[in-house]
Formats: sequence, C-alpha cells, structure tokens
Amino acid sequence: MKFLRDLLDKQKPLFKKGGKLENFYYAFEAGETFLFTPNHTNAIKGAQVKDAIDLKRMMITVVIAMIPCLLFGIYNTGHQHFLATGQTAGLWEDFGPKLLLGLQLVLPIVIVAYAAGGAVEAAFAVIRKHPINEGFLVTGMLIPLVVPATLPLWQVALATIFAVVIAKEVFGGTGMNILNVAMTARAFLYFAYPAQISGDQVWTYLGDKAPVDGFSGATALAVVYNAGQDGVVATKALAEHNASLQSGLFEFWNLFMGWIPGSIGETSALMALVGAVILIATGVASWKIIVSGFAGAYFMGVIFNLFAGNNEYLAMPAEYHWVIGGLAFGIVFMATDPVSAAQTEVGKWIYGFMIGVLTVIIRVTNPAYPEGIMLAVLFMNVFAPLIDFYVVKANKKRRLQRATV
Amino acid sequence: MELVNLAVKSIFIDNMVFAYFLGMCSFLAVSKKVSTALGLGAAVIFVLSVTAPTNWLLNEYILKEGALAWAGPTFATVDLSFLRFIMFIAVIAAMVQLVEMIVEKFAPALYGALGIFLPLIAVNCAILGGSLFMAQRDYTIAEATVYGFGSGVGFFLAMVALAAIREKLKYSNVPDGLKGLGITMLITGLMGIAFMSFMGIDL
Repeated sequence: MKFLRDLLDKQKPLFKKGGKLENFYYAFEAGETFLFTPNHTNAIKGAQVKDAIDLKRMMITVVIAMIPCLLFGIYNTGHQHFLATGQTAGLWEDFGPKLLLGLQLVLPIVIVAYAAGGAVEAAFAVIRKHPINEGFLVTGMLIPLVVPATLPLWQVALATIFAVVIAKEVFGGTGMNILNVAMTARAFLYFAYPAQISGDQVWTYLGDKAPVDGFSGATALAVVYNAGQDGVVATKALAEHNASLQSGLFEFWNLFMGWIPGSIGETSALMALVGAVILIATGVASWKIIVSGFAGAYFMGVIFNLFAGNNEYLAMPAEYHWVIGGLAFGIVFMATDPVSAAQTEVGKWIYGFMIGVLTVIIRVTNPAYPEGIMLAVLFMNVFAPLIDFYVVKANKKRRLQRATV
Repeated sequence: MELVNLAVKSIFIDNMVFAYFLGMCSFLAVSKKVSTALGLGAAVIFVLSVTAPTNWLLNEYILKEGALAWAGPTFATVDLSFLRFIMFIAVIAAMVQLVEMIVEKFAPALYGALGIFLPLIAVNCAILGGSLFMAQRDYTIAEATVYGFGSGVGFFLAMVALAAIREKLKYSNVPDGLKGLGITMLITGLMGIAFMSFMGIDL
C-alpha cells in the first residue's frame, strides 16, 4: 500500500495544473481514487453529509454482489454445453473442463464490455473534464450477465458503447441518466440484432458439436408460452421438456437453482437472491423495490390464474414467474439501480410493484417478447420521475394540511 | 369488452406519439413543466374525444361515398370524401376555439403558460390523425369516441412522463450542444424503446 501511495504521489505533479499531462488529470484521478478513498473534504459551507461510503465504494459493492451470478453463469455456460452435446449428464462431473469452457466464452464478453465502456467513459471524462464515473464498473459487469454466451463480441462492444453514450453520457454521466444503462444496451441489441439474442438457438453454446437427439434450446419462457398456445398444462410442459437430456431440467427447484439455458448471469434466482442479500445488507439497494417487485409479479400471476380460462400459460402457478427467465436478476440488479429508480420511499413501492406486474403482463400477453423484465424496467424508468413528482406533491399537500389545522 | 380493448390499445399499443410519431411539436415544446404538460394533455384529451365522434358523424352522413343518400336519390352516388381533410380540420379548429375560450376564462395562468401551443392544437397532427384513423378503420361511433379518448390519454401520458423527466433533467449535466430540444429528442427515442414493451400485443 505504501509503495502504491508513493508511486501515485510521485506521478501526481505531472497531471496537476501546469503539468505536462494536465489534460489527462481525470484519468489519473480515476485510478487514484479507485485505489484509495480520497481524503479531500468539501469546504465547510452549507449542509454536510458525512458518510464512509462514496460512489466508488458503492459501485464496487454492486459488483461484488454480482460475482456469485457471474461465477455461477460461467460454470453454467459450460455445464449447458456439456449437457446439450451429451458429453456428461452429472452436474459436477467434468468440473474442470466445464469451468474452462465457461471462462473461454464468458470472460471475453466481460473484457470487451469493460474495455468498450471504459474507453468511452475515459474519453468523455477527458473531453468534458469531469471525474471518471464508476458507473461503468457496474454497467460493464451487468451487460455480460444479461446477454447469451453466444453473442458476437462486436455486438457486445457496440451495445455497450451505444448505451454508455446515449443512455448515460449525454445526460452528464453516472447519476444523471434516466434509463438503466445495462437494460438500454440489451434493448438496443434486442431491437437491432434480434437473431443473436432471441429465439431458441442462442442460449446454449454448441460449438461444432452436434446436440443430442431431442435437444431443444428453448428457454423455460418459450416452453411455457408454447404450452399456453398448445393447451398443455404449463408445469407439465416444463417438467417434460428436454427429458432426454436430464429429467426435470425445468422443474421448479432446478429453475430456482438456475442450471438451465438462458442469458449468462440471469438463470439463477438463487444467486440473484444472494446478491440481493449483499445489496440489502450494505444498504446499496432498496429492499422496498425488491420486495414489491416480487410481490407485483406474484400478484399479477394470481390475477391471471383467476382469468385463465383455457389458456394454460395464464393458469401457471404464480411462483413459477419468479424462477423462469430473468425476473429475479432484473429486479435485484436492474430495478434497484438507485439512479433510474423512483427516489421517494412511497414511489419505490409503486415502482417496484409495477415492474413485477408489467413483467408478467408482457410475458403472458405479448407474443413479440418471451421475457418482459427488460422492457418493464425501462418502462418504469420512464415513469419513475412522474411517480416521484406525484408522491412529493401528495406529501406537500399532506404537510400543508397539517400546518393549517 | 371490445371497447376496453380498444381503449388499452389506443393508449399503450398504438400510442400516438411512440407508435405513429404524431403530435411531436407540442409534445416536445410544451413538456418543460409537468403542470403545463398536464394542462395541454387534458386539452388534447378533450379535443380528441369531442372531435372523433363529431367527425365520425360528419363522415358518416355527409362525406363518405353514398353518405348523402338520406337527402334524396339524386345524392346517393355523391362521394365527398376528398373534402375529408378540410372538413375535419374545420371541426377541429372550432373545437379548439371552444377549449381556448374555456381555458382562458377558467384557468388564465394555464392559458398564459400554454401560449401559442393552445391554438396550435388545431393543427396538431395527433388530433387530425385520430380523426383520419377513425375514418380509415371504419369504427362505429362508440368505437370512435373511445378511440379518440384513448389516443388523447396516450398522448397525455407520454407528455406528462416526458415533462417529469425533463424536470428531473435539471440536475443533469447535459453537454451544451444537446441542451433543450436535442436531449429531448434523445429522451423521446429512449422512451420509444420503453413503449415497445406493448407493441405486438394482440387484443
């Protein structure tokens, strides 16, 4: 530590005003504050908020909370490949090769997302002379987790750059954006290159190996949607799906654990919950959004159950909505983004609840999208400022009444 | 049930702003503050839900091919549908005058805030679009009313949401070149992505 500090202090004059590299001051500053908590304080004027946590510490907490999802995703990517090509059936058999394959597929995506996002971030920081925003530490990790492992790397880079520039930097950087940056990146990919991010073929990496007989790359969402169309009981369709690979691949607990095909990091509801515990314990994410999000999805699932008629998707037990698709991951990591979520406490309940409700509505009623969490989060991001506006207004009205009585 | 579906469809799925990009001028210009956006949005809802059925009557009994049959056998083959645009606009302009007088009388502050954009509703393409879509799709009068109202609500929602975002944007650090309309256009595009969530739902 002492060595690092000395090294940084020695370089510092170069970047200070009048130094040779003063234009790159913010690039230097980013590195410095990444390593050491800055010890400068604001001038003693006006209101002061004292807190041990700064933006960088907060962002890194989110990254740590995502690590279980990432590790799980890496292993699961390899596992799905081995399962689909019929090489091994057991979960922990061939541990090494599975891990290695997962790393081979996932790490490049992470690296590309970080490199592309970081480069844009640094360029903006140097040109616009603002400190480098750490938001991209989170964004660069979130983007790989919500795309399939088979996604071409140039698309990862393109989506990252698009999202960082259009959804974040034009608003002034971290903390000022309106939409969740990672979700914008995914939505961009979804509408620009649907072939690589939707359908049945992209979720499992096959490489040059042939899949086993009876293999279908469909995700659980696609299976239940088709069950609804064909009039097959949804849970039965899930239980029977891909039985030639592994019986009960899409049964409730396996869905919950997440050993299923899907985007890299979002298959496991369990790992998302581990992340949620970390985020809530450290106070980074709002538990209100998480709780109300899950409640909203369950609520809408139950409502659909009541009106199911003969559509089996509508009749699917509501708790299944929690474990299929990326709902858990989205609510824990995307919806709770403190910048684009509602800011008021009452607003958070409404915002989270509506995300859950909308996700299920889009899943069940919209044939264009098997999964709804992405667009539900974006949609509620758009309406979050309005919710806040009315919550604040109601608050004012209530307090005024109290004042006059 | 049909009517409820149509209402949902016109509010979310066929949203005037995000599905057809109609009514952009007032959408962009009057969305700086939530309060004015609310006022204009309400005016648009009113005008749309009045003009749609009025224009429906006009279209059904005067303009459509063979619509004048009630006036006697000599008129049975008359087709006045080429007059549709001008007649629809005349009706809309009259309605807007009405709204303007009401707003001026009862909410002078809002009248001042809306400024030129209130009379400009008369040439707001969302409103003419509402009437033309209604005629093109052969709605019944009940459907036309619901459609007009739903389109208005869709416009209202989009505009109020944008206004709330723009109020929040005061805390952002937008590059100089993008301030004002530039960033608003970008936000509109991003909102369009969010509204894609409902496209494709078949009611």
